[in-house]
Amino acid sequence: MSWVADSKFVSFFKGFFVTGKQPAKPKVTVQYPEEKRPKPERLHGRHVLSRYEDGMEKCIGCELCAGVCPAHCIYVRGADNPPDAPVSPGERYGFVYEINFLRCIHCDLCVEACPTEAITESKLFEFSFTNRDQAVYTKAELVVDDSGKPKQLPWEDWKPGDDANTSGWVRATSPSGRGDLEGIPLWSGELGYGVRPAQAGQSDPEAADVPADFDISVREVEAAEVRGVGVSTVRQVRRPGGAGR
Amino acid sequence: MNLVAASSYTGDPVFDHGITLAVWVIVVVKVIAVFAIVLVSVLFMVMYERKAVAYLGNRWGPNRAGPKGWLQSLADGVKLFFKEGFAPAAADKPVYWLAPVLSMVPVLVSFSIVPIGTTLTVDGYTTRLQLADPQWGILLMLMCSSVSVYGVMLAGWASGSKYPLIGAVRASAQMISYEAALGLTVATVVVLSGSLHTSAIVAAQHGGVLYHWNVFRAYGLPAAIFFVAITAEMTRPPFDLVEAEEELAGGYNMEYSSIGFALFYLAEYGALVTNSAFFVTLFLGGPDGPYWHTIGPVWFVVKVLVVLYIYVWIRATLPRLRYDQLMDLGWKRLIPASLAMLLIVIGGRISWRWGLAALSGSLFAFILLARAIEVGESHDAEAEAAGELETP
Repeated sequence: MSWVADSKFVSFFKGFFVTGKQPAKPKVTVQYPEEKRPKPERLHGRHVLSRYEDGMEKCIGCELCAGVCPAHCIYVRGADNPPDAPVSPGERYGFVYEINFLRCIHCDLCVEACPTEAITESKLFEFSFTNRDQAVYTKAELVVDDSGKPKQLPWEDWKPGDDANTSGWVRATSPSGRGDLEGIPLWSGELGYGVRPAQAGQSDPEAADVPADFDISVREVEAAEVRGVGVSTVRQVRRPGGAGR
Repeated sequence: MNLVAASSYTGDPVFDHGITLAVWVIVVVKVIAVFAIVLVSVLFMVMYERKAVAYLGNRWGPNRAGPKGWLQSLADGVKLFFKEGFAPAAADKPVYWLAPVLSMVPVLVSFSIVPIGTTLTVDGYTTRLQLADPQWGILLMLMCSSVSVYGVMLAGWASGSKYPLIGAVRASAQMISYEAALGLTVATVVVLSGSLHTSAIVAAQHGGVLYHWNVFRAYGLPAAIFFVAITAEMTRPPFDLVEAEEELAGGYNMEYSSIGFALFYLAEYGALVTNSAFFVTLFLGGPDGPYWHTIGPVWFVVKVLVVLYIYVWIRATLPRLRYDQLMDLGWKRLIPASLAMLLIVIGGRISWRWGLAALSGSLFAFILLARAIEVGESHDAEAEAAGELETP
């Protein structure tokens, strides 16, 4: 009787069963504002300005981010550090730092250009402004607070944990694609976190088992204790080639 | 019900004792009720369709406006009515603004003959639960579906734009093609019921458990043909070539905004609800149910909802037909099939011998027709291979 099941007439009605059984299945979409999907680890959201473990700002006011920005949305003005109360460990610091999020295209080129990993992109993107002033984030709004977390502004919609991995992009495993550097931290420490371990890498056996919504910060703390690279007071800035500093 | 009794079938009993003020009040109330039913059912249907098609596609659908999103269509309607009424410079203004009205009015008019229940007695006045029960009855439905072609056609023509014109030409060709099959299936029902009165058609299906319904008395096929034909008549998916977005950027109503667009939208969904009501009236026994015959309106609403769900289901499942497939289905399949079913039903009404004769004659004719179509298509294929025929 397979010719009956394969006939045009029967297969026409088979199509109705394909759609007809969908209402019983779980929905693909979610009730968005109430329920949110887990975000990709390296999502390009709004920027944060990081600080070192000792509370110093990483930004040295070099304006490379502003120079590389294709949308011209970053405005930086550097100033000499006051000798008695330095803001950053370098010679200069970011005196004015503004990002216009009505122009930003979240290409991450500023993050690539930054020599001190001061600017990173977080996973936070859910903000709706009611005027243009709100869209221009000033330095006070971009710099992380004393616990190393980004500051939540009144018009931003956050899910718990969204602010945990704001420097995820910088902590990419195996920078430059070099296999021998995989898992070796080549990035600086952060206020509240220390030198964070690498993200799950290509040869990490656990990486395949980690679901997308897994809070990687928990696992990274464990990994940091195993590796002995936990919170240190010494600033570790290491880059391939060690150029610059 | 025999033919003699059916021919002596009278209209609404409310007019039997002269037209008094109370009769006027009853009629006016019914007019307002029909108007309200169509408009509210459109608001409901838009949301019902969006929700159902979302669930059939594994989504949630609109859920922000009002409880569970059920005020979404009301919000859309309010928005449309407050928008600027804008007409293109090249438009023929009087015709341009007449066209949406010409689409909307037939929908409201044709709903007036749908029997929602049997009769209702208020303060000694007995009236049918339908606005009008004219002698020409179901012909009003065919008339209104023909008139609504003008709305679509004039809209496309008066817009002064090319895409709406192409959409309107497609629409009028399609609607006129399927009207033949539609008329023949309605004739089948009229033969079975022996009356054009919609109330008599419903009364003829009353009683018994389901088998009195015309869908079974007409051997099923005419109901399917009617269903397909009104789907094409309303330019619903999968027959929505008229508004094929990929080709026509919206179809006949592309140049409309504000109230004009809202009226087309109302007409489209009002026609959907009205034609589903006609399908229920003609084939599914109208307000008749298998049990509890006194709650007619409830049965009616339940049946209409089921039919509407089938429409949404079809929309969620079937892809759009090509233009030649559409015309082939209408002219080469549905019209011969509905004609054959009309003959078979007429034969069956006389005696089973006549029914059998009509059936065998139809089958013989179908074999000839299938052969003719095959020969014609092979000629087309040869001409196309020889480069003599331009492919559409």
